[in-house]
Amino acid sequence: MALALQTKGLVKKFGGLTATNDVSLTVEKGARHALIGPNGAGKTTLINLLSGVQKPTAGRILLEGDDITGLSQHARVRRGMVRTFQINQLFGDLTPLETIGLAVSERNGLGMDWWRVAGSKRALLEEISSVLERFHLADVMNERTAILPYGKQRLLEIAVAIACQPRVLLLDEPAAGVPEDERHEILASIAALPADVTVLLIEHDMDIVFSFAQKISVLVNGGLFVEGLPDDVARDPRVKAVYLGEEAHV
Amino acid sequence: MLTILFDGVAYGMLLFVLACGLSVTLGLMNLINLAHGAFAMAGGYATVVLVNNFGVPFFLSLPLAFLVAAVIGLVMERAVYVHVYRKPHLEQVLLTIGLVFMAVAGTDYIMGSTQVFAQTPEVLQGQFQFFGVGIGRYRLLIIVVCGVLAIGLQAILTKTRFGSRLRAAVDDQRVARGLGINVNAIFALTFAFGSGLAGLGGALGTEILGLDPTFPLKYMIYFLIVVTVGGTSSITGPFLASLLLGIGDVAGKYYVPKLGAFVIYTIMIVVLIWRPNGLFSRASTK
Amino acid sequence: MSSATSSILRRASDSLSARVRWHPLEIIFWIVAFAMIWLMPTRHLIMTEIAWLGLFALSLDLIVGYAGIISLGHAAFFGVGAYVAALLAKHELINEPVLALLVAGLAAMAVGFVTSFLVLRGTDLTRLMVSLGVALMLRELANQFGWLTGGADGLQGVVMQPILGLFRFDMFGHNGFVYCLVVLFVLFLVARRLANSPFGLSLVAIKNNPLRAAAIGIPVDQRLIVIYSIAAFYAGIAGALLAQTTSFASLDVFSFDRSADLLLVLIIGGTGYLYGGLIGAILFKLMQDYLSVLTPQYWPFWIGALLVAMVLIGRDRITAWNAPLRHLAAKLDWRATRRAAAAAAAAEDR
Ligand SMILES: Nc1ncnc2c1ncn2[C@@H]1O[C@H](COP(=O)(O)OP(=O)(O)OP(=O)(O)O)[C@@H](O)[C@H]1O
Ligand SMILES: [Mg+2]
Repeated sequence: MALALQTKGLVKKFGGLTATNDVSLTVEKGARHALIGPNGAGKTTLINLLSGVQKPTAGRILLEGDDITGLSQHARVRRGMVRTFQINQLFGDLTPLETIGLAVSERNGLGMDWWRVAGSKRALLEEISSVLERFHLADVMNERTAILPYGKQRLLEIAVAIACQPRVLLLDEPAAGVPEDERHEILASIAALPADVTVLLIEHDMDIVFSFAQKISVLVNGGLFVEGLPDDVARDPRVKAVYLGEEAHV
Repeated sequence: MLTILFDGVAYGMLLFVLACGLSVTLGLMNLINLAHGAFAMAGGYATVVLVNNFGVPFFLSLPLAFLVAAVIGLVMERAVYVHVYRKPHLEQVLLTIGLVFMAVAGTDYIMGSTQVFAQTPEVLQGQFQFFGVGIGRYRLLIIVVCGVLAIGLQAILTKTRFGSRLRAAVDDQRVARGLGINVNAIFALTFAFGSGLAGLGGALGTEILGLDPTFPLKYMIYFLIVVTVGGTSSITGPFLASLLLGIGDVAGKYYVPKLGAFVIYTIMIVVLIWRPNGLFSRASTK
Repeated sequence: MSSATSSILRRASDSLSARVRWHPLEIIFWIVAFAMIWLMPTRHLIMTEIAWLGLFALSLDLIVGYAGIISLGHAAFFGVGAYVAALLAKHELINEPVLALLVAGLAAMAVGFVTSFLVLRGTDLTRLMVSLGVALMLRELANQFGWLTGGADGLQGVVMQPILGLFRFDMFGHNGFVYCLVVLFVLFLVARRLANSPFGLSLVAIKNNPLRAAAIGIPVDQRLIVIYSIAAFYAGIAGALLAQTTSFASLDVFSFDRSADLLLVLIIGGTGYLYGGLIGAILFKLMQDYLSVLTPQYWPFWIGALLVAMVLIGRDRITAWNAPLRHLAAKLDWRATRRAAAAAAAAEDR
């Protein structure tokens, strides 16, 4: 099967600390792949490397077979790989409408268009409205993002990424901080993604992980620890030991 | 040649004492203080007034200049700067430019706009030859004083309890607060101490840099370069940056008088292209 | 398409186009500005200054208010524009002022483009250092190359030819004022268009959160280079207007005070909505007119005091002076009122 994403011997060091330790990960096209691991295992760091926020100390990253290790963040987005953030990274002064509108017009190559009024193309407007509707943001689309309730902000965080129409989507704890009863909106939107979109999901909530994933990779101390089908991973004594060990500390 | 090197070192060390307070406050509070030069000017005028008008001995006036600037710094920190620590850099820039303008015009009003000097004692005047190198006595004093200060600072930072608290606060304020360190008090003390050092530098510098009300404006770019090139993670960085700048500036003005003023800008540009995060920033020291 | 979606689409389209619609107050602003040509002919000299200062501040707003780049040396581009315009006229290279104006703006833009690469690097602090350093360096260059620039004495003996070959720069500044006002208006229209375009939106996004901007595919550096160069062009035009209307350029065009005053001008008026620079320029000049008569030498003290006060009291609270104005604006915008009424009616229908 074709690979959407592949890393080869990826290493990231922060001074003396090795946050990513020789990670060789493969994610198949159209996969529903979960990445789990205790706090501080290096999950977010791995996403940062994949998305180009940080440069790896060593190793290579391949997107659909092409080496993208040296590409900038925006170039990776243009090649179809988009991420979300564990901690919301939004545009406080813009409204959800403007935020989504911006993502959509950038994807359509209008970013340097300085003459046309934002949102004057019908096709783009349709796309923008449909994203707003799907993520239940239509009622607040003209509010400043900074004053939205957290739940809405979290929805917007995911919505912006999806508005970029990724072929590979990296989700860093999408439901983080969202109360139990509001999670379904986020989870439903992820479940509704087209089947050919590859999704790499980081999540601590095992219910979410096991209901979503077809394959699970476990990251511990920066290195890939165990990989396999959900049932196998769930049964693996080593994984249990890691998680139990962690709980014992707490 | 060696004389120029000597002068450059003296100049650089002076810059270090003037600017190191700025680099610590920047690292500690993430505060951009463009008015730092105003504290140096306060120290300079303190010395001039004490020596020329009240007959205070020059050597005694130096610690007094330190005190004057430190006290002003402490008052300003509590009264004004505390309000902008958490504000965006634009606000800090606006505020501190405002302070510079007020200091410049205010000093002009009180002290007049002409350049002033403190009368230096005889021992400090003239040069002597040392293995064929012309050594200015005054510059020698600067090197000694500033050298001692630099070593002292390094010792305070690495050896004392205050130093370790300070470093903890620079590294991670929240954690430091959690450990029961009184970060606010450290802020205030550090700010006052840094201002005091600037004041001392200003006092020492009247002879070399000249002193008039526009001092804080004239040397703003030097301070900025020292801090950006040197980084804020240690005091070695600003120290080396100051030396580089001092020697470069003196040598430039001597060898190519017409283009001498461009040396510092060239240094600035080269460093930026070569090491965007500063010569000695943490990231580059692995 | 479901009716819910189409109603969302209509609202989205409405809100987006509302951004560019001309507000009645804006129309009044410009009518008043142009009426000044006939209303107060004796004050045209100071109004000329307001016009180029407003343009200069508008240019700073593009980088500070939209892109979030703090500059301590915006006078660099102003100065380049001024010297180029003056030199072109003095050596009779380009005699027609409008064309010379354009060339001066482009020259400043070129300097802006080259230095933008330095400004992009690093943090706010580095940006402050670079912008300040570039302005100082250009000033020093102008000082050293006295044979070309007249050094500290300034560039004298500049004779301006008539605008478009038709309108002479008269000594009362009538034509000069009209000229500056028209240039300001045209460039304002362009800036307004730009600010409301996807490009303008992407700048605000970068200012808000460069990390996320890159993560949705915005090439952050490229956008900043473009806006920095455009702002330099605007500043260069402002400087050239000064040189053309006064037939003079001196080292003072590069001075730090000019850059710092400019920050104040923009801050008084407010950042990020384009009119801030223009309103700030009016207030600043009026203030200068008044205060500098009282204490000419200590004028900087009051500038400083004002800056300090604005920051300490809080800019939000100070720019609240225009709250009644905004209230009036909302009332005046009859289309908005009508739309609101229509929306309410539609809601009742459901
Ligand atoms: N910029 C950085 N500089 C230094 N150390 C860092 C940096 N970013 C992360 N680290 C360290 O790298 C390690 C991995 O962090 P990372 O955020 O990737 O973990 P994570 O698996 O995402 O944890 P969590 O589940 O809490 O989100 C941690 O020890 C962290 O302190
Ligand atoms: Mg994480």
